[in-house]
Amino acid sequence: MTDISYKTLSKIAGPLMFVEGVENAAYGEMVEIKLPNGERRQGQVLDTRQGLAVVQVFGATLGLNIGDTSVRFLGETAQLAVSDEMLGRVFDGLGNPRDNGPKIVSKTKVDLVGSGINPYSREEPSEFIQTGMSNIDGMNTLVRGQKLPIFSGAGLPHNLLAAQIARQAKVLGGSENFSVVFAAMGITSEEANFFVKQFEESGALGRTALFLNLSSDPSMERLLTPRLALTTAEYLAYERDMHVLVIMTDMTNYCEALREISAAREEVPGRRGYPGYMYTDLSSLYERAGKIKGRNGSVTQIPILTMPADDITHPIPDLTGYITEGQIVMSRDLHRADIHPPVDVLTSLSRLMNQGIGKGSTREDHRSLADQLYSSYAQGKDARSLAAIVGEEALSDLDRKFMKVANDFERKFVNQGMDENRSIEQTLNIGWELLSELSDSELNRIKPEFIEKYRKKSGAGA
Amino acid sequence: MAEGIISRISGPVVIASGLEGAQMFDVVRIGDMGLVGEIIRIEGSKATVQVYEDTTGLRPGEKVINTKRPLSMQLGPGLLKSIYDGIQRPLDVLREQSGDFISRGKVIPALDQTIKWDFVPLKKKGDHVSPGEIIGEVQETPLIMHKIMVPYNVKGTLTDISEGKFTVNEIVATVQNGTKTDIGLSSWWTVRTPRPVLRKLPPEEPLLTGQRVLDTFFPVAKGGTAAIPGPFGSGKTVTQQQLAKWADSNVIVYVGCGERGNEMTEVLTTFPKLEDPKSKRPLMERTILVANTSNMPVAAREASIYTGITMGEYYRDMGYGVALMADSTSRWAEALREISGRLEEMPGEEGYPAYLGRRLAEFYERGGKAVVISPEERVGSLTLVGAVSPPGGDFSEPVSQNTLRVTRVFWALDASLASRRHFPSINWLTSYSLYADGMGDWYKNNVSATWIASRKEALEILQKESELQEIVQLVGYDALPEPEKGVLDTARSIREDYLQQSAYDDVDTYTSIRKQFLMLSTILEFGKMEADAIKKGITSVKVGQLESRKMISKIKWTKEDQVEQLVKDTKSKMQQEFTTLATEASR
Repeated sequence: MTDISYKTLSKIAGPLMFVEGVENAAYGEMVEIKLPNGERRQGQVLDTRQGLAVVQVFGATLGLNIGDTSVRFLGETAQLAVSDEMLGRVFDGLGNPRDNGPKIVSKTKVDLVGSGINPYSREEPSEFIQTGMSNIDGMNTLVRGQKLPIFSGAGLPHNLLAAQIARQAKVLGGSENFSVVFAAMGITSEEANFFVKQFEESGALGRTALFLNLSSDPSMERLLTPRLALTTAEYLAYERDMHVLVIMTDMTNYCEALREISAAREEVPGRRGYPGYMYTDLSSLYERAGKIKGRNGSVTQIPILTMPADDITHPIPDLTGYITEGQIVMSRDLHRADIHPPVDVLTSLSRLMNQGIGKGSTREDHRSLADQLYSSYAQGKDARSLAAIVGEEALSDLDRKFMKVANDFERKFVNQGMDENRSIEQTLNIGWELLSELSDSELNRIKPEFIEKYRKKSGAGA
Repeated sequence: MAEGIISRISGPVVIASGLEGAQMFDVVRIGDMGLVGEIIRIEGSKATVQVYEDTTGLRPGEKVINTKRPLSMQLGPGLLKSIYDGIQRPLDVLREQSGDFISRGKVIPALDQTIKWDFVPLKKKGDHVSPGEIIGEVQETPLIMHKIMVPYNVKGTLTDISEGKFTVNEIVATVQNGTKTDIGLSSWWTVRTPRPVLRKLPPEEPLLTGQRVLDTFFPVAKGGTAAIPGPFGSGKTVTQQQLAKWADSNVIVYVGCGERGNEMTEVLTTFPKLEDPKSKRPLMERTILVANTSNMPVAAREASIYTGITMGEYYRDMGYGVALMADSTSRWAEALREISGRLEEMPGEEGYPAYLGRRLAEFYERGGKAVVISPEERVGSLTLVGAVSPPGGDFSEPVSQNTLRVTRVFWALDASLASRRHFPSINWLTSYSLYADGMGDWYKNNVSATWIASRKEALEILQKESELQEIVQLVGYDALPEPEKGVLDTARSIREDYLQQSAYDDVDTYTSIRKQFLMLSTILEFGKMEADAIKKGITSVKVGQLESRKMISKIKWTKEDQVEQLVKDTKSKMQQEFTTLATEASR
C-alpha cells in the first residue's frame, strides 16, 4: 500500500489528523504527510480501525488542510538506521542530520519501540563507575547499567553536574570503550550549545551522538527523541560492545508533550492532567538501561528532570523515582550557600550502590562509612534546626558535635570544584576526616575493626 | 474455534468483529503474530480484547482466533524454582527460544513437558476417593513434597493407579463413577476463579519473618493479609524481599508486578545462593517467581497477580503454608486504570475505575487459613502481603485507602526514617497489626509468658519518646528532667539496638523469635535499672558510659548460637555495674 496516497482527511485537531477510508493501517505505522505547498512532515498511527486512521503529526500542523493534504502510509513502524558512524554526529529530534553531514546509511534498521529485555537475560549491574564526585561515589554510588536520574529545579546547575559526570566517569581498572548518547528534549539552544562545548573541550565529541530537539522545535517530536537515543545506545552497547552513557534532558518537557497528545485524544486524565499510562510510558524508556548476560556493553542512563516548583511529589519526579534505581536530588538551599554540586545527599539514593562497592571494587569500609556519614549528617541537620529555635547554647555537647560534622560535610565533602576529580580513596578519606569530631563509641554504624584500621590510616581522629 | 477479524486497535485494546459465541474472559490469539489476549467486553458480534503483548504493527483485517477457554494455567510439579512472566510463560525457556529481548506471539508450556517425575501412589486400586483427596506424591524439590489431588468435581473408585516415572501430561490414575476420569500429574485451573475451600479458620499463629520490627510489634498471621505502603526509596522492595527470604512459610510466591527489571534480576541472582535457615537448602527450592517488569505489556501486568495467587492457592490446597508477596499492587491498579481508560469507562477517583475497591477486596479475600476440600482434615494457609506505591507518599490516594480497608496489618514505610538510614523504615507509631492480640496464646506457649507485656512496654516507651521529642524541640534537651532523659535513652536503645536491622549483614538479616525475646528483655531490663539508678541521683550521662550499654548494642551482630551466652554476660555485667554506681552514689 506504500504507493497509495490518501487525501481523505476529515478532521485536524491539535496534533491529530483523522484520515478516512484507510482500511488497514498498522498500529504504530509511520506516515508521510505532504502539505499543499509541497512540504513533507512525518506522523505515526495512534488508533486504527477499518475505514479510519488517527495520525499523530510530528511537527506543527500549520498549513495542513482538508482536501489538498495527502497522506502516504509507509508500511513500516518507526525504525532507525543505526551504525558506528553516528558517533560524532548531531541529529534533530527525528533523527535527521542537523550538522549538514550526510544521512546515515546502514543495512541495520532497528525498531524504535524495542521489546523489553527478558529479566532472565539481564545481568545484575555491579561495576562501580567512578564519577569523581564525592556525593555520588561516596554516598550514592553509580554502577554500570543503572538508571540514576537527576531531580533538579529551574535555575539549578544540573547541566554542570551532568557534564562533569560525563567528563569524569570511568571504571577503575577497566579498559575503555566508552561512548555518550545525548538526547535533548525541549531545551534551549543555549543549553544545547553548553553540552556540545563541554563534549568538545573534553575531547568526547568524537564518541558522542547528539539528538537535539530544542524548545523551538515541534513538541510532538519529543516523544520520539529519547527513543531514537536509546535505540542508538542499545545498538552501540549490545552490538558494538560499548559502554554507553545516555543523558536525557529534560524529561519534564517529554512528559508535557505526552500530556499534550493525551489531551488532544480526549483521554481520561490521571493526576494533574498527565495520562494514566505515563508510568508505563516512562518505564518503556528507563527500563532500557541495563546489562545483558554474555554481551560486553552496557547502557547507563542519567535522565535529568526539573521538578515544577521543586516539588518532589509532582507526578513527573514521582513516577520517575518509582522506576529508576534511585535519584540525585539538587537542593536550592545548598545552591544558595554556594556549594557545588548542590546535591541533597539525604533525599538522594542509589539502589544499586551495595552491588558496586566494598572489598574488591571500592574499599571494605565504604558501606559502613557511608551509613555513618548519613546518620551523622541527618542528626547534625536536626541539631542545626533545633539550634535555630532554642539557640546553640541549649544543645547538648553531642548535638553540637554532630552539627559541626553536618557543616563540614556540606563544605568539605559535598562541595568540590567543577574541575576537581576525586578518586574514591580521596572521597573516603575526606569522610573519615569529617568523623574525627566523634569518638569511637559514637561511630555506632562502623565495625570496630574498620575504625581501628582506617581512622589511623587517614591520619584523622583519636 | 471461532475466527473473526480485527476491526480496531488502540494501544493494548483491540476490537474484534465476527467472533460468534464469544464468552467473557475467553483467551484469543490476535493477528498474524498470534498475540495472546483476553475478551473483556462483548457488544453484539464485537468483542473488546485486552492484549498481553505489544500491539505495534497489527492491522485491521488480520484474523482473531477464539480459543474458547478462559485464561488458565497448568498446575503440577515443576512450578517451584520457576520464573514466569505475567501469563505463566517461563522466562528461561522464552530466552532460549527468542533471545535476550522478549519477542511476541510465543506460547510456551508453563511446566517442563519432558521431565519424568517419580510418582509414589498413596492409594491403591479399588479405593474410594473423594474430591481433594491425595492419591500420591511427587518429590518436587528436596523441600517440598508435591501432592497429587483428586479434582474438585470427581469422586468414585480408583480403577487404576500406577507407580513410576511420568511427565506432567501423563495419566497416573483413573477414577470410575459412571464416567471415567483420568488423573494426571498436572491439572488446569482458570486464574480468575478462586480455588474453593471447605471453611476458613481464624489466623492465630504468627508468620515469623526474622524481621524484628515486624515479628515483635506488627506481626502478620499465617493466612493473614498485610499492606506495605510507602513512597519510593523507603524500602518497600527490600522489605518484601526480606519476607520472601526469611518468612517461615513452606512455599513463597513472589510477584514482581510492574517493577524494575534490574531488581528482578537481583532476586534471580541472590535467591539461589541463599539458604533456608532451618533446612539449609537453597531458598529457590520453595520459591516461585512471577516477573512482569514495568516495560512489559500492561495487560499482562493485570494478569500477573492472578497467576501468582492461583499457584499460591494450589500449594495451600496441598496443606502447605504459603506466603505471596506482590510488589506492587499500585502498578496492578494502574494497569486496571489504563485498560479502563481505553475502554472509555466512566472513571471513579483519580481516574481509577469504579470497581477498583471490589477487585482489590476480591484479591485479598483469596488469602486466609482454611480447611481445604478433602475427606481428611487438611489445613493450609495463604498469607498475602501487598506493597503499595502511593504517588508522592500520600496515603490518602485510592489504592492505599482501598487496600487498608481490607488488610489487617499496616506496615507504614516512612521516607524520613529512610533518609536517615533507619532501616527497615517502618514507622512504629502509625503501623498496626490487628492480629497481635489474637495470637497472645501462641506467644505465651512458644516464646515467653512475658512477651506480650514486653512488647506493650516497648511500644509505650516509643510513644512516650515522641511526646518528649516535642518538648525537646521547644526547650532543648538539657532542660529535660533526668527521669525523662532516662526514657529517651531507653527509646533510643530500642530504636538503634533493636528496630534497626540490616538486610545486608549476614547475621543481622535474620533474627529468631527467641533472640528477639532475649534482646528486647535485655534492653527493657537495662531501662528499668537506669530508671532506678536515676532515682538514686545518678545521672543519665553516667549510665550512658557503662560497658554493659555497649554490650547491648553488640547483641544484634552476634550469631544465634552465641546469643544466650552474651545476653547472660550482659545481664550480669549490668547488675554489677549498676550496683557499683549505686554504692558510689550513696557514699
